[in-house]
Order: sequence, then structure tokens, then C-alpha cells
Amino acid sequence: MDWGSVFIDGILATIGPVTAAYAISAIGLNLQFGYAGLLNFGHVAFMLVGAYGMAITVDFGGPLWLGVIVGVIVAAFLGFLLGLPTLRLRADYLAITTIAAAEVIRLVARSSWAEPLTNGVFGIQGFADSFFSINPFPPAELYGIGSLVVTGRKLWVMIVGWTIAALLTLLIRRLINSPWGRVLKAIREDEDATTSLGKNVFAYKLQALMIGGAIGGIAGMLLAIEQQNVTPDAYLPQVTFILYVIVILGGAGTILGPIVGAVVFQFLFFTIDALMVNTQANIDWVGDLLTPAAAGQVKLVLVGIGMMVLMVFRPQGILGSREEALIDER
Amino acid sequence: MNADHPMYGIAAEPGVRKPDPVLVANALQRSFGGLTAVDVKHLEIQRHTVTSLIGPNGAGKTTLFNLLTGFDTPDFGEWHLNGGALVGIAAFQVARRGMVRTFQLTRSLARLTVMENMLVAAKDNKGEDLWGALTGGWRATEDANEVRANELLERFGLDHMSDEFAGGLSGGQRKLLEMARALMMEPEVVMLDEPMAGVNPALTQSLLQHITGLRDAGKTVIFVEHDMDVVQEISDWVVVMAEGRVIAEGPPEVIAKNRAVIDAYLGEHHGEAAS
Repeated sequence: MDWGSVFIDGILATIGPVTAAYAISAIGLNLQFGYAGLLNFGHVAFMLVGAYGMAITVDFGGPLWLGVIVGVIVAAFLGFLLGLPTLRLRADYLAITTIAAAEVIRLVARSSWAEPLTNGVFGIQGFADSFFSINPFPPAELYGIGSLVVTGRKLWVMIVGWTIAALLTLLIRRLINSPWGRVLKAIREDEDATTSLGKNVFAYKLQALMIGGAIGGIAGMLLAIEQQNVTPDAYLPQVTFILYVIVILGGAGTILGPIVGAVVFQFLFFTIDALMVNTQANIDWVGDLLTPAAAGQVKLVLVGIGMMVLMVFRPQGILGSREEALIDER
Repeated sequence: MNADHPMYGIAAEPGVRKPDPVLVANALQRSFGGLTAVDVKHLEIQRHTVTSLIGPNGAGKTTLFNLLTGFDTPDFGEWHLNGGALVGIAAFQVARRGMVRTFQLTRSLARLTVMENMLVAAKDNKGEDLWGALTGGWRATEDANEVRANELLERFGLDHMSDEFAGGLSGGQRKLLEMARALMMEPEVVMLDEPMAGVNPALTQSLLQHITGLRDAGKTVIFVEHDMDVVQEISDWVVVMAEGRVIAEGPPEVIAKNRAVIDAYLGEHHGEAAS
């Protein structure tokens, strides 16, 4: 049993680019759900269109920077399209529309009909060469302390990813602490009351959906760049639900909640994963009890129990205020 | 009624013309399925008065409120605020034009503080659009609004609670907050939907004082109420609705004696209670 390597694996995954991408995506979802009260159950679709927008642009000969701009624009535009018919209606209409749209978009992306554009189930690869060509770190070299090391390639994506996450957090902080953010929170509390105070509730909700969507698109692009790969089946509905877990875990409607949530979630997830693999391989009676495949299932059960315990003792999330969570909505 | 009273000499009949109406509605109709909820031929609200709207449950009072403030759309009809047509104008724009409403069930923004509840109501804050929020420069407006909010909170006895979450206030305090918040918009017409519902007698008195205070500060107040005694006390004019129509209007003392009103709404019960 090697406890050191269990934690090293957990920590490496926690600080890695995937966590940064989840944190970024959760920042977008937190703006929509935590601050504006919008039930967007298809956040993964924004990541998908962002990633595909970028990959297709590069695939058709465009430069990567143009692809990134296209990705942001199409993700925001998706928010506009989804919001236009639904945001004047009751909140559940947006929820149903987004969850369905996310699956429709994924299925269209993987269909043979869309192959000329998306290359179907095989997806698009190798569009981020120009991103790695400006990597100042030798890609194969190892950086870190002791056995806590990452390659230069990974370090480059990590630095860019966490920098974007930090910049977006500052952007959201500026927006939320402004009168604009206050109107958004008022809408979350009571739409009719906010309308009666002369605020164009629809416009604010649309803005929140579009900005949050664009941020989701950025997260999708970061994931795609790190893997040099977009495939439709990386954008399954459970990604959205992991993002909800992250937002609620960190504390919905808090500035740093998405980052804290992403870090804690990833750490728990990968530490338990490493723990299961390790005990399964090294402790005889566990090995007798569990096959490697079953160990993977038990990991998910343990993560689920961990989340439940956290919610029982901190329903407001790690950073949320208890006083705020205890106010009943009347 | 004295000769200097604003409503002096106006005939007590439904649809009567007023010398200086701030709000005029014509042929306003709204039906839900087969039920005609509102069918108002003509209604004028005199400026700088307290007009109360009474009627039994289901008379269409709240529906009329919703129509006038843009929260609901009529099947037919038109209405004007200060001569400007409000047909097809969104509810938030009606509020910006100076006609602000409250709700029958109080709508405090629970997880905003009392002060935030007040500040969010202020008009023309450039930090409320996305560009202004990003570029800044709204601090001065915000500070001025905060001063005004503090004055209002003091007037309504809520100044010591400005940092509390509105969701933590008592029912009565929420009523007061909702009224103070509406005033933050510097409205011309304040429409209160049953401000006295579910409020203890002591607070009712204080709410009534605030309502007459609004009139004295140059606002027009329209409010929905059930209790005839309350209406008697503070109204300059009473409009009675039943089954969607205006069946009577006039000064409170005249309305109290109106046979049609007593039959349609107050019934025998009121005769006993008032004596």
C-alpha cells in the first residue's frame, strides 16, 4: 500500500488542466445558476460548440486565435438561441430546453450527416499545434518536486488554464459586485418584483445566459486544446451534472465557489480513484473482494457518499453563507 | 367634504370625469376562458389623491392592477398615464414611467439585504448595464442612492436593519420595506395591492399614515382594500368593483351609504359592524 502515490496522483489530477477547465466551466454555470437562478441543464453544450467552433475554424485553415474567437461567439450565440424563446416563460422551460438541446447538438455533431464539418464520431484532432509551438517549456522535460512532477507540455496548459480561470473570476467579481450583479441576484429572488422595479428581466437573463455560455465555451476549448482532440462523446449529459456538483459543492452564488468546488471535487474523485486501484492491487482481501472493474464502480459510490455527507453538514456549499441558505423563499 | 377638497363637487357615479386625471382607462376588458374578469368602461384617477379600490373577492381588482401595470395584457381597451398610452408597453417600462406597484403577497428579495433591496430599485444607475458594470464610474450614483435609501428606511423605521437579509424580516417589516422600495423609484403613481392584508392593527395604523404621507408628498396612491372602515379613514375617493365592472365610485361617506354597494358587496354584515 503506497499512500504517497495515492496522494500524488490525487494532487496531480487536482492541479491539472482538466480541473482548470472544469473550474472555468463552473464559473459560467455559477453566473447562470448561482446568481441569476437560471436552470441551465445543458451547460455541456456550450463547451461542445466552443470546442467545435474552434476546431472547425482551424480545420478549415483558420488560425487558432480566430478559432478561439469563433468558439466564444458561437457559445454566446447558442445562449442567445436557447434563451430567446424560453426566458420569457417559467424557469422550467429553460431547464427542459437546455437539457434536450445539449443532447441534440451532440447527436448532430456525431451524425454522418455532419461529417464534412465535424468528422462525425471520430472528431477533429491536431488543431492546437500553434498553441504548443509557443510553449516556453521544453515539452518533454519534467517540472516539479520529488515525484510530484508534470511534463513541460502539461505545465504550459495548466498555466494558461489557471490564468484564464483567475481572470474570469476577477471579471465575475467585478460584474457581481456592480449594480448589474445586484439586479441579477434580485431576479434570482423574484422576477415579478424585479420587473415591478423597472428592470428588464428578460434582457438580464439573456445576458447572463450568453456570458455564462461563452465562459462554458472557453472551458470546452481548453479541454480540447489539452487533448488536441474533440469528439462528440466527450460531451455527455453527465458533464453538466458534474458541473452542478462542483458549483453546489463550492457554494452556488459565491465568487470563488466554482474554483474551490472544482479543486475539492477533483481531489476527492482522483484520490479515491487512486486509493481504490492501490488497495485493489496491494491488499489481498480487497483484491479478492473486488475486480479492477468493480473497484471503479465502488469509487463512484464513495464519491457519491462523500458528496452527500458534505451536503448534509454544509448544504450551502464550502464557501456559501449558512445564514443565506437558511432563508426560506417566500 | 370641504370646498377645498380635490374631489369637491365631482358626481358620485361610475366613470365620472375628474378635473385632473393622472390615469385614464377606456373600455378595458380581460377574460379568462368564459369568465370576464375585468370589464371597465371608463375610469379616471385624480392626481394627488388616495383612491381606494374595493370589492368582494373575485371582483377583478388585482386583475385590473395587473392590466394597468403591464403585468397582464387586456383583450381590448386602452389606458393612459399622464396622457401617454400604455397599450403594449412592457411592465418594466410602465414602472420606469412612474407607475409602481406592490404585490398582494409581499415580494421581498429575500437573499438581498434591506439596503440592496432599496438600491436595486433606484432608477438610472449606469452600473446596471453590462458596459457600465465593466467600466465602472457608477460609484457616485450609488452613494447618492444610498443616502436617499437611508432617508426612506429611517422614515419607515427600518434603518437599523439595513444590513440584514430581507428574508429575515417579519411580515410587517417586509410590507414596510416593499413600500419604501417602491418609493425609491420616485414614482408618480403608487399602486398598493392589499397593503393591509395580514398585518396587525398597530402596523395597520402606521401603514395608513404612510399612505396619506405619500399623498401629501405629491404622489397619487391607488390601493386595493377589503375593509370598509380602513377605506373610510384615509380615502379621498372610492371605486367599487364587482364582477369585473365598476359599480360605483364616490367619496367614502357617499359610498358607505350607497345601496348598490351595500347590496353587492358589503351586505347586511357591514351594517352591523359599522353601527
